[in-house]
Amino acid sequence: MDKRKLEEHFFKCLMLLSTSIVVGSLLVVFVVVILKGAPALSIAMLTQTPKGGYYLGKEGGILNAIAGSLILASGATLLAFLLSFMVIIYLHGYAGKSRFADFIRLSLDVLWGVPSIVLGAFIFIIMFYIRARASLFWGIITIGILELPILTRAMDEVMKMTPSKLIEASYSLGSTRLETLVNVTARQALPGILTAILLAFGRGIGDAASVLFTAGYTDSIPSSLFDPVATLPLAIFFQLGTPIVEVQQRAYASGIVLLFLVLSLSLLSRFAMRKFTNYIIK
Amino acid sequence: MNRKLKDVFVGKLSFLIAVFSGFIVFIIAFVLFQKSIPILELIPINQLFLSSIWLPSQGHFGFYPFVIGTVYVTGLAMALAIPICILTAIYLAEYAPKKVRGAILPLVDLLAGIPSVVNGLWGVLFIVPLIRDHIAPIVGVSTTGYSLLAGGIVLAIMVAPIIISVSEEVFRTVPFEMADASLALGATKWQTTKYVVLRKAMPGVIAAVVLGFSRAFGETMAVLMVLGNVAKVPLSLFDPAYTLPALIANNYGEIMSIPLYDSALLFAALVLLVVVVFFNALARIVLLRIERRST
Repeated sequence: MDKRKLEEHFFKCLMLLSTSIVVGSLLVVFVVVILKGAPALSIAMLTQTPKGGYYLGKEGGILNAIAGSLILASGATLLAFLLSFMVIIYLHGYAGKSRFADFIRLSLDVLWGVPSIVLGAFIFIIMFYIRARASLFWGIITIGILELPILTRAMDEVMKMTPSKLIEASYSLGSTRLETLVNVTARQALPGILTAILLAFGRGIGDAASVLFTAGYTDSIPSSLFDPVATLPLAIFFQLGTPIVEVQQRAYASGIVLLFLVLSLSLLSRFAMRKFTNYIIK
Repeated sequence: MNRKLKDVFVGKLSFLIAVFSGFIVFIIAFVLFQKSIPILELIPINQLFLSSIWLPSQGHFGFYPFVIGTVYVTGLAMALAIPICILTAIYLAEYAPKKVRGAILPLVDLLAGIPSVVNGLWGVLFIVPLIRDHIAPIVGVSTTGYSLLAGGIVLAIMVAPIIISVSEEVFRTVPFEMADASLALGATKWQTTKYVVLRKAMPGVIAAVVLGFSRAFGETMAVLMVLGNVAKVPLSLFDPAYTLPALIANNYGEIMSIPLYDSALLFAALVLLVVVVFFNALARIVLLRIERRST
């Protein structure tokens, strides 16, 4: 066989090997977390808050963290959605192809890359200045800022795909820019917007480094916006850090819960995309 | 009139919010810089970076071990991730049948969505014991497994989805005609990939790698969980290390009890921010150019 053919085969094998490593590592992550966590997973873990001595291996569960994460991420996603929808309205309805719009897009891309620990530290300084305690409210602000670029850029991309003829048709019927955006462009981009929201929600649930400073941690479910709130990632982190084996096992089980949440959000977003695409004018 | 008023009002409001969101990065940088001034006035910047003595209670703030730890673990992760990810991206973009591509890309997305704590957990459960019980004995060293190598492997898996999905997209922007011309001249598929597609896509691939790099550079929790966190310059792959993000995360609790400690940690945050923003902006601008050219 000639050298070129040999090279072809060699690299093709390498590519297949690389792809299998990538897919394999995903499988290993799932298998390891599920195998290690499953024995400690129980109904009580999902439905109870930590009782006295929980962190010494006694009774209780991580309902505080599950509920906390869901509340925190919902609040943050709502906040981020409201802000990002306004940014989108500006970018698509009012800004046109200006340099300033390019600058905002670039700046949001850069914000997307800012490490969440830096974001957490930033909010922490602000909290320190106004003497605020770590609470759900500050957690929502932090995760909201974290999700803002994800939501805005994802929605921005889908809105760009709206056929310009559709928009012109709307204008020619006498709609204002705002009406066109809300009734035509946003409706046309609805599947993409839903996907973006679910994606951002998943990121919000999974992030730990930024809420370490800002949301605090507590064994109860928060009853007001200014109570501290527990989150699932931090529950995993703290439980893993204890020297007691039973508690560490619960960290593994909490890992399953978090993985399952994120996975179902990802599947849901795929489903939403497929389902709602049917209502789009192509 | 009411409708027009609403249109104008929302226009102004959305402009304000857009301005705000566009300037968040600058606000963060400004605030962090303000808080870093006290330590920068007291200790020269090169001493902060080059001193290895980290004793906050005595006023010694040497970031050298942390900077080196961060650079090593990020470098190791990139060295592991780059070849595998680029080969995977080439496979998906150029070689894979449509069905295979359609099956693997969602998996890559899924991998991107795994929270960093879960990645860290997996590292603790799998990679750390693997290194301690199997890899280290082969080389003849004893280690707890919490090491530079563990951090590098976990981080490599975390940056893989970014590098794969961005570079795969870049490969697909290379015009068919160019590849076809090469194939028509008798080049093999791999030669075409190597000399035409890869060359044409190079800036975008570099941008993808840079995006992965800056993600790895600022990653906190997963690294914190598997790296061992010892404030010494690691001498081998099996030594523990400590990174700047982990330093911030571990010490925020005592931040206010020791003078200048807050300023030192926020300086660390500023360093992270500057590095990440610089590389990110660079990569994004390159990608934006490619996107413009292809449409």
